[in-house]
Amino acid sequence: MTTVDLELGLKPKDFKSDQEVRWCPGCGDYVVLNAMQSFLPSLGLKRENIVFISGIGCSSRFPYYMNTYGMHSIHGRAPAIATGLAVTRPDLSVWVVTGDGDALSIGGNHLIHALRRNVNLKILLFNNRIYGLTKGQYSPTSETGKLTKSTPMGSLDHPFNPLSLAIGAEATFVARTLDNDRAQLTSILTAAAQHRGSALVEIYQNCPIFNDGAFDVLKEPGEKEQRLIPVEHGQPIRFGPDREHAVLRNDRGGLEIGPYDENRVVVHDATTDDPAYAFALSRLSTQDLAHTVTGVYRNVDRPTYDDQARAQVSAATDAKPADLRSLLRGRDTWTVG
Amino acid sequence: MQLTGDRFTSEAAAFGNDLATLPNFPAEIRAPAGTLPGVSSFQLHFADDDILTPGDRPDVLVAMNPAALKANIGDVPQGGTLLVNTDEFVKRNLGKVGYDANPLEDGSLDAYQLLPVAMATLTQGALADTGLSKKDAERCKNMFALGLLSWMYGRPTEGTERFLREKFARKPDIAEANVLAFRAGWNYGETTEAFATTYEVAPAKFPPGEYRQITGNAALSYGIVAAGQCAQLPVFLGSYPITPASDILHELSKHKNFNVITMQAEDEIAGVGAALGAAYGGALGVTTTSGPGIALKAETIGLAVMQELPLLVIDVQRGGPSTGLPTKTEQADLLQALHGRNGESPVPVLAPLSPGDCFDVVIDAVRIALRYRTPVLVLSDGALANGSEPWLIPDVDELPDLRVTFATEPNATDGSGEHWPYVRDESLAREWAIPGTPGLQHRIGGLEKADGKGSISYDPDNHDRMVRLRQAKIDGVEVPGLEVEDPGGHADVLVLGWGSTYGPIGAACRAIRKRGQSIAQAHLRHLNPFPANLGEVLARYGTVIVPEMNLGQLSLLLRARYLVDVVSYTKVAGTPFMESELVDVFSEHLGTTLAEAA
Repeated sequence: MTTVDLELGLKPKDFKSDQEVRWCPGCGDYVVLNAMQSFLPSLGLKRENIVFISGIGCSSRFPYYMNTYGMHSIHGRAPAIATGLAVTRPDLSVWVVTGDGDALSIGGNHLIHALRRNVNLKILLFNNRIYGLTKGQYSPTSETGKLTKSTPMGSLDHPFNPLSLAIGAEATFVARTLDNDRAQLTSILTAAAQHRGSALVEIYQNCPIFNDGAFDVLKEPGEKEQRLIPVEHGQPIRFGPDREHAVLRNDRGGLEIGPYDENRVVVHDATTDDPAYAFALSRLSTQDLAHTVTGVYRNVDRPTYDDQARAQVSAATDAKPADLRSLLRGRDTWTVG
Repeated sequence: MQLTGDRFTSEAAAFGNDLATLPNFPAEIRAPAGTLPGVSSFQLHFADDDILTPGDRPDVLVAMNPAALKANIGDVPQGGTLLVNTDEFVKRNLGKVGYDANPLEDGSLDAYQLLPVAMATLTQGALADTGLSKKDAERCKNMFALGLLSWMYGRPTEGTERFLREKFARKPDIAEANVLAFRAGWNYGETTEAFATTYEVAPAKFPPGEYRQITGNAALSYGIVAAGQCAQLPVFLGSYPITPASDILHELSKHKNFNVITMQAEDEIAGVGAALGAAYGGALGVTTTSGPGIALKAETIGLAVMQELPLLVIDVQRGGPSTGLPTKTEQADLLQALHGRNGESPVPVLAPLSPGDCFDVVIDAVRIALRYRTPVLVLSDGALANGSEPWLIPDVDELPDLRVTFATEPNATDGSGEHWPYVRDESLAREWAIPGTPGLQHRIGGLEKADGKGSISYDPDNHDRMVRLRQAKIDGVEVPGLEVEDPGGHADVLVLGWGSTYGPIGAACRAIRKRGQSIAQAHLRHLNPFPANLGEVLARYGTVIVPEMNLGQLSLLLRARYLVDVVSYTKVAGTPFMESELVDVFSEHLGTTLAEAA
């Protein structure tokens, strides 16, 4: 288990590496990096016990800027690599930094399997709904009809809703936040860090070069109140300038948005075991961002793959000594000479 | 049938014969019974002296149905013995494989010693009192055949009976039925006059020591376990099921008590990725696969080259390209292993030469991986994987010390007190600084790094230097010199092979020497880097023949590297070379030499 020491006295600057940050000016990644560096001291972890593993893409440069251990790996494969590390090193806090292309396109397979195994990984999915590093092609989260260099007549693919995907993949911790909401980002990162198992945190993040303003409607006063639906565990889900809207149970067993109604309003319970609830929450978010639910959707306990893998080794070790001589001899031998 | 073959092999081993086996089975799990594509066969060669191959042509063929007879009769020399289960030779089965008449009756097998036995009927009779259904009883007929063979060759039977009782421990009635069938077969031989002949194959003369029988896949697995113990590191295997490598995953999964974690990954890429992640954390990372899996793992192996982390990659080669021949053997992944990645991406490559040698080769591969901090590829193949031989059980105390030293202190050469990931030691290996070590926080990745410090670097001179450094590190890997077997030292022809062709090449060379001619044999276990004396060895011989189960991949490398015009002899039939075939090929070149000398 990771040792926690709140007396370390680490400051945010202690988590800055000596590498010059090379994201474009105005990139949402800066906000996340700063929030991460500010928040990590509160975890009480030693720097050497924290590892960031990333794939390929703009966001995947993240590990270079953190004064922790880090690996910038290959496109889409970070969850797989991080799984091997997490399974063999229970003393480490392992974080995966990925993007919408990295996690959902080339690396979709590894993402869903890491989530279903419930490996102790904290996966930060920076979603800017575009390919930045390859200079502006549409991504698996781009809205249908997106005009890009590779889709001059508009993209045809229906996008993924990353949280629906994660919940469908049996994820035990699923959350969404925005790059401009530092307070929510920090509280979600804290909850993710405390979760035993896989945690998927989707962060809507602006690409000022290739998809500028993609999330502006969720940030502009007057607009955002109508669209953002923040959820807090134990609280009724209400939103709107005067909290006049709410998430309500409908008569088909699902959720819908409507005028606040004391009798029908949903009180958010992230620990609901049935994933149908979190899935229904995720479906309130539409690709045109008419509504977007933020906060921790789901936070449930399930045994983790890595804890159990190590438990099997312990059980086997307790049951049978590691006698190499006996293994090599096997059962049927004969002697010559 | 594979199980029956395995048991007969175990009996031969227990008796002290030398042996070599060639299992041969279809890729389909339940291929239609009684059809030619559905035939599953097991060839065993056992002897009272030292043998090297499963044999070219079997002296005895046990055919359980017409398909088995038809598929294999061509391999049996005239005068050979055919032990045939007559119960299956009915019109419908004969028709399925295109026999117009029953070959047991039409005289077409007159050139052979035909031993017709109604094995199913006899088995059912022997099991009549067990209460087993006729169908279940009939299923025991392979054990009847095994019992009969065991009697013919005077094999010990205790091992098989014990094996059956353990295998069917949860179904004691099935276990007893199989034992009964086995004994019935033995008794049938003993009491039937048709079997006037028995054969004695005395124990072989081996060097003294304790032996067991082993397959290549088992030896690879034990090698991995042993290497972890010798290195005092946890072993992490990330693997995806693929024929013919899956048995390594199965075997290692049984040995978690040796601090072995096995993970059946979601795909080949995740298997190697997780192994690399484990290696980054200080474990012995291993991934096992066959050729198509290597293609998928290529990018991650390249990352391991770039990050200079130890990683063991095992490729049990099978027929290719693409899905190819999953259950057949081939050695056509050599160039893929050496060059199948983007960029200049050198990795050491080793190949075992026999099933037992898989153990030693894995240990050597791990030595290289750990010492030089590099991925290492081991090329086994289908013939080694499932083939078996007697194995002198290694002395655990004689295994090498593979312990490693993790970095503990910052190593920056500028006195900054930082850790620089790409500072190298005298063998050009960088330090293995694992997460959790205070003060050594650093970042590695697939982007080119500055020599020494390890920051991202796009500097042209730095890239040129790093490419050459990575190459020089692998070129400098210490490997043992190539040994040449040239009794008398008069040979002008050298046969140079690699991998599982060692057996047939060796057998052919012996046969040639037996008739009074000289021929030299050498076998490469290290394909990258080559042994330092390889060039000198090649230059010593007028003719160098390179037999390979591909279209000449090693030949290509030798010609390019040493400017030697080797004679390439190739076959890609999914089956090993035959001794007789190689004798003919080698003789052509010996003939020329003799003629010129005269």
